[in-house]
Amino acid sequence: MTVRTTASLPPRGLPGLDPRFSRLLQVPSSDGSGQAHTWHHLDNLEALEAQGVEPVGTILCVHGNPTWSYLWRSLLSRAADDAAAGRPAWRVIAVDQLEMGFSERTGTARTLATRVADLGDFTRALGLAGSVITLGHDWGGVVSLGWAVDHPDDLAGIALLNTAIHQDPTERIPAPLRLALRRQVLERATVQTPAFLEITLSLAHPPLDPATKDAYRAPYLGAHRRGGIGGFVADIPVDASHESHTELERIAAALRTTSVPTLMLWGPRDPIFGDRYLDDLLERMPHADVHRFEGAGHLIAEDVDYAAAVLGWLAAAPGAPTGPPADPDIFADYQPLWHYLEEFHNSPLPAIVEMAPPGSSEPRTVSWSLLARRVDEIAAGLRVIGVRHGDRVSLLVPPGADLTALLYACVRIGAVVVVADAGLGLRGLTRAVRGARPDVIIGQPKGLAAAAALGWPGRRISTARLPESARRTLGVVHAIADLVDLGAAELAAGSALPVPPRPGDTAAVLFTSGSTGPAKGVVYTHAQLSAIRFALAGQYGVGPGTGLVAGFAPFALLGPALGTRSATPDMDVTQPATLTATAVADAVAAVDGTVVFLSPAAIANVVATSSALSVSDRAALFGVRTFLSAGAPVSERLLSAASELMPGATAHTPYGMTEGLLMTDITLDGIRAAAMDAAASSDARGGVCVGLPTATTTVRISALDADGVASGEPLATAHVTGEIVVSAPHVKDHYDRLWITDSASRAGTGAGRWHRTGDVGHLDAAGRLWVEGRLPHIISSPHGIITPVGPEQRIESVDSVARAAVVGVGPAGIQQVVAIVETVPPAKRVSVADPALAARLRSAAAMPIAGVLVVPRLPTDIRHNSKIDRTALAAWATGVLAGGRMTRP
Amino acid sequence: MRVLVTGASGLLGGATAAAIVAAGNETVTFQRRPSGVVGVSDLLGSVTDPADVARAVRGADAVVHLAAKVSLAGDPAEFEAVNVGGTRALLDAARAAGVGRFVFVSSPSVAHTGGSIAGDDALPADPFRTRGDYARSKAIAERLALAADVAGFAVVVVRPHLVWGPGDTQLVGRIVERARAGRLPLLGHGAALIDTTYVDNAASAIAAALERAVEVHGNSYVVTNGEPRPVADILAGICLASGVAPPAWRVPAGLARAAGGLIEAVWRVRPGRDEPPMTRFLAEQLSTSHWFDQRRTRADLRWSPAVSIDEGLRRLAESAG
Repeated sequence: MTVRTTASLPPRGLPGLDPRFSRLLQVPSSDGSGQAHTWHHLDNLEALEAQGVEPVGTILCVHGNPTWSYLWRSLLSRAADDAAAGRPAWRVIAVDQLEMGFSERTGTARTLATRVADLGDFTRALGLAGSVITLGHDWGGVVSLGWAVDHPDDLAGIALLNTAIHQDPTERIPAPLRLALRRQVLERATVQTPAFLEITLSLAHPPLDPATKDAYRAPYLGAHRRGGIGGFVADIPVDASHESHTELERIAAALRTTSVPTLMLWGPRDPIFGDRYLDDLLERMPHADVHRFEGAGHLIAEDVDYAAAVLGWLAAAPGAPTGPPADPDIFADYQPLWHYLEEFHNSPLPAIVEMAPPGSSEPRTVSWSLLARRVDEIAAGLRVIGVRHGDRVSLLVPPGADLTALLYACVRIGAVVVVADAGLGLRGLTRAVRGARPDVIIGQPKGLAAAAALGWPGRRISTARLPESARRTLGVVHAIADLVDLGAAELAAGSALPVPPRPGDTAAVLFTSGSTGPAKGVVYTHAQLSAIRFALAGQYGVGPGTGLVAGFAPFALLGPALGTRSATPDMDVTQPATLTATAVADAVAAVDGTVVFLSPAAIANVVATSSALSVSDRAALFGVRTFLSAGAPVSERLLSAASELMPGATAHTPYGMTEGLLMTDITLDGIRAAAMDAAASSDARGGVCVGLPTATTTVRISALDADGVASGEPLATAHVTGEIVVSAPHVKDHYDRLWITDSASRAGTGAGRWHRTGDVGHLDAAGRLWVEGRLPHIISSPHGIITPVGPEQRIESVDSVARAAVVGVGPAGIQQVVAIVETVPPAKRVSVADPALAARLRSAAAMPIAGVLVVPRLPTDIRHNSKIDRTALAAWATGVLAGGRMTRP
Repeated sequence: MRVLVTGASGLLGGATAAAIVAAGNETVTFQRRPSGVVGVSDLLGSVTDPADVARAVRGADAVVHLAAKVSLAGDPAEFEAVNVGGTRALLDAARAAGVGRFVFVSSPSVAHTGGSIAGDDALPADPFRTRGDYARSKAIAERLALAADVAGFAVVVVRPHLVWGPGDTQLVGRIVERARAGRLPLLGHGAALIDTTYVDNAASAIAAALERAVEVHGNSYVVTNGEPRPVADILAGICLASGVAPPAWRVPAGLARAAGGLIEAVWRVRPGRDEPPMTRFLAEQLSTSHWFDQRRTRADLRWSPAVSIDEGLRRLAESAG
């Protein structure tokens, strides 16, 4: 064991650490030994007092193993800076635990109980009381939680970075720790060599710079300084026989009764404290605000700006109810998603017609009575295998009758469905599923193979019955058919389904497409899903008796909720562009369809394949009254071409996002009228007119300031460009485990449930909304803020231009506008536009354009094949226009 | 105000002298050959001759110093003598003669260390990291000028970037001559964004710096049109305005840089009468971006360019007939 060495101050010049924060404190021990130990700690109190400000509270920071108080340097500095800027002043104290950092080496092994008592001794010696927020990382998280449960009168809040409070006896501890704990390895890995320290320091994303690494090493130079590192590892209570196990259980149990505001900041790329420990913590403290930083890992404090996150959370008055107040209008209209399944449960009429069901060449019709029974059976079956209210069920099942039945069964028993689009790709899907932490995954054998291979969490249920060997390999516990059997038996035995969930309960987590950044989980309650149904029914006049053709997967799922007779046409649902005109006509004929829902890519192919339509196909299409293209804006040209195929129909295109599926709507005639109005006005901003807000939606604009920040109070003033802010009963409840993103999406919006869309646009005098681009794509030029869509439209009016993207290069405030175009015919390689083309574009754009690049193809998202990632394109253009290599974008 | 303008026989010097006259100043120009500027009195002489210099500054309220050896290659000692020695002599003489304002016309190359520039403001002149003897000598001279800035002797540095216009033998002349001879390749892909300055804009900026010298002394300002364009666009624009075919063949940028360095070295050993067809400096200039933040320049000098690139090209075409 280490010999006794007194505490000292850290060397000067450690990057980011203000030496004035360092303190030494003599702390009498309460263990009856009469000893005192000296602690090194950081404290910004003097810096606050020098500014003459009174702290509103104290953040007590506890590092883990093998770091030291240096971990918290940026929080101390930022808190002092915030105070200087007139924001609430937080005192920040960061200790070096005994045996660690620059605190005393006492020569005694310390257990968890000792460390919790040590920290209590420290705060007593310091005279710390009242309004304390604990903040801990790694094993320091446990110690800080120990302090928290022991000081309920002083505790005002809890914040945690990656940590763990409980080891499930049925799960193995993480492999790296298992290795480190082996007796013959432990001493050598942690004390005799700096291996454990070095491995920890290598876990940062991006890697730490050498000077920062040296700062972390500074207190641990030499084996005699590293005894505490080995002691910490040896103190990990791997099982119930360990001496620290009792203390860990005591803290873990006490947390269940804690109701103080809690924040968890998590780096999922942590080989030790993975998402399962976050799950465990959330299960104990379900009221916690959580933000998972995708891409960050164990050293989350180095990977992301956690200091801003913590202080931002404290400033947002944590603990105040974050959920919106119940809206009486919604609840008056509340109708659960399974309403028509109950109402029509005896009806032999068709609910779903699948034109090309898997494994069959004949259309399959599912009656209301069959669908209702199947939903009940699966619901009962899920109960039998232990799925409960609030459990998360990830549905990796392709759209079709199976998915529909599963979805309604899950929501009926209060399970939360997690829906991620296969369009995210395997990586995106893995991130999404891991982040959502489902309790159950239901999928096809192919999807389950991926789940098994990539270690996705959750029990696995297969869509198909599998041979025993395959079941074992894939870790599959049941097939859907088993659920049906189990459920049918249960119902036959007289069991009833549980009480339905309440309107305010969580119903679903829908993942965004990922076309505008990493996919985010969007949480909806039952009331909000019901409101989506209500909005669709109202806007497009769909309801019981309507024949609905759903060429866009999400609408197929909503058919039973709308009470419609819905048909899914013959197509590869993961590839909307496989939908043909004939397939649409067949589906229309099958359900006597009057409403057709399509996606932009599907419409393009329907128009392209219309020559194959027979006379009877055309006659069927003549009966369509309404069709709409959802997902992304479509051009007037495409919409009118589709209209010619459905001459009796009004063409609609809505504006919405995963967070608010139907915000505004415009008809083809509306688009034409808007274009005429725009041509007659002097407003040169342009944009895509997406029409008027739907009946229950409110649209406001948060004006952009000179720096391009949407800082304006959301208003309905016409002709002001800013971020589009929406409110509706069917707007999302919140983002899943993305507290920072969630609070940013409501920032400055006042009462009610609002969502900042990240889109930029303006309202016109008639109240119509015009979308001018995405907030991150605006160009901050010497001539002011430029939104991309208007100039892109003007450039696209040049004959030889097929598609254009306008981006900014250079520093904010002096960005140069660059146009990147696809030509007709497409260019074979990337080049600077020839002078004649550049001149035509410059004159069409009606604004200074620095450079014009011609590319064979502009990169777009997979899902809609229409959204151009201008941020990536700008980065590419920046390289090329700096004289870098002329690669393809 | 009585203003001495040095180097007025050149394109920019002449335009600057004319702008200063137009602002209502009594203007004397000082160079080896007659300036040809209407409304000024010419004083012939060399900045390397102390007697000439002393005579030139006598009675002046302000000095605008453009005279310099501008070339891509040449004897390093000559750059040193004219650009450093000449500036030092002029500074000393001006202070001794009680001159109150001194505008030193420099070049953005004094802060260019070889990389691409995208939206920088004027960085400090750095003689140790500049490329080529011209830039090095101008960097030293600029630092001398700024070091001389004291109360009562207001020094302002103006760095116009790639000045061009009708009658320009430096940039336009070289481009057109090479293009006509089929010796003008496009370096790399020609996409690098380059700021240039139409000559009248550079002249009006220098005149503005003279006007504002007392308020903004001690500072350096990069001056451009504020309309960066891909280098291919600029070369094509100048060629088309001058009635020659734009460059149609390409040399990879890396190869040109290497070749430029080699040719430069050979030329130093065996100086010919012409400049080397390519230098490392020129290759870098033409294949990496060079555009600047003009906000501080425009705000401090209360100046903005009056002639756009398109208008400048129109005037160039007009003069080429």
